[in-house]
Amino acid sequence: MTSLDAAFLGLPREAEGPVFREPWEAQTFALTLALHRAGVFPWSEWAAMLAEEIKRAQAAGDPDTGATYYRHWQATLERMIVAKGLSNARTIDRYSSAWAQAAHRTPHGTPIELAPKDF
Amino acid sequence: MDHDHEHRDGKPGHSEPGGIQARVRALETILTEKGLVDPRALDRIVDAFETKIGPRNGARIVARAWSDPEFEVRLLADATEAANSMGFSSPVGAHLIAVENTPETHNLVVCTLCSCYPWEVLGLPPVWYKSAPYRSRAVMEPRAVLAEFGVALPPDTQIRVWDSTAETRFLVVPMRPPGTQGWSEERLADLVTRDSMIGTGLAKSP
Repeated sequence: MTSLDAAFLGLPREAEGPVFREPWEAQTFALTLALHRAGVFPWSEWAAMLAEEIKRAQAAGDPDTGATYYRHWQATLERMIVAKGLSNARTIDRYSSAWAQAAHRTPHGTPIELAPKDF
Repeated sequence: MDHDHEHRDGKPGHSEPGGIQARVRALETILTEKGLVDPRALDRIVDAFETKIGPRNGARIVARAWSDPEFEVRLLADATEAANSMGFSSPVGAHLIAVENTPETHNLVVCTLCSCYPWEVLGLPPVWYKSAPYRSRAVMEPRAVLAEFGVALPPDTQIRVWDSTAETRFLVVPMRPPGTQGWSEERLADLVTRDSMIGTGLAKSP
């Protein structure tokens, strides 16, 4: 496919690009597969919830071009984890803020590690 | 907190502390602490999808079907079993169905609801496969979509569109290009593109 096609199609195109564009996409994907393998949910349940999340995002104005796909994936995983009683929204927010704080205080180029003081 | 360092995810009306990277890390920490996931197992999953699982697997299946009529029959009868026999099995236990292109019928695969895709033979789907335009238009106007992919079919060729589900995924077996008699499976596999196994392309000509 040439980029010319992509321009008039309205279809986002890519050649054989990278499987994951950023590490977090790979991580949320792998977490989901690992939970499925651990027997937390059947894949059909996952697919139904993901489809619902995509529809919801689309209704809320997401352009749904495929570029935001793993954001929907992550949102679905958060919902699934709460639905299965593995955690709750408050805890997920708390850990997320802590990780953001850890990233903020860590100098660039150094691995980010979570510490008690981040909470 | 310095908000410059937060990654906004651009969804108005959703308050999501930490940005997307922090949220993914948060889930990993929570699930690891509960003993539900093992970070090394996560690395193995990512590594497999980045290096081992991709359209090359499907291309080898198609090349074998082109070369070995008995395998072709097996593939069309039970693609899950045929793929298993070559060491490719679905990571999520989905059933695989192979659909063969002929001069009369061209097959096109879509997942209208999300992105169901035969990972074990094609890897993860391209971005356009997950996009709303493809998901809706492949069903409504497949011939126009194919034309935009550069595939022009004879007017009397019928197009069949297959909608994937969590349980059932499809692999298109493209037509073998002329001028490839006596080619080895390996050489044939080089002609089989990812798009030709989704149905948005044809096998390359030698």
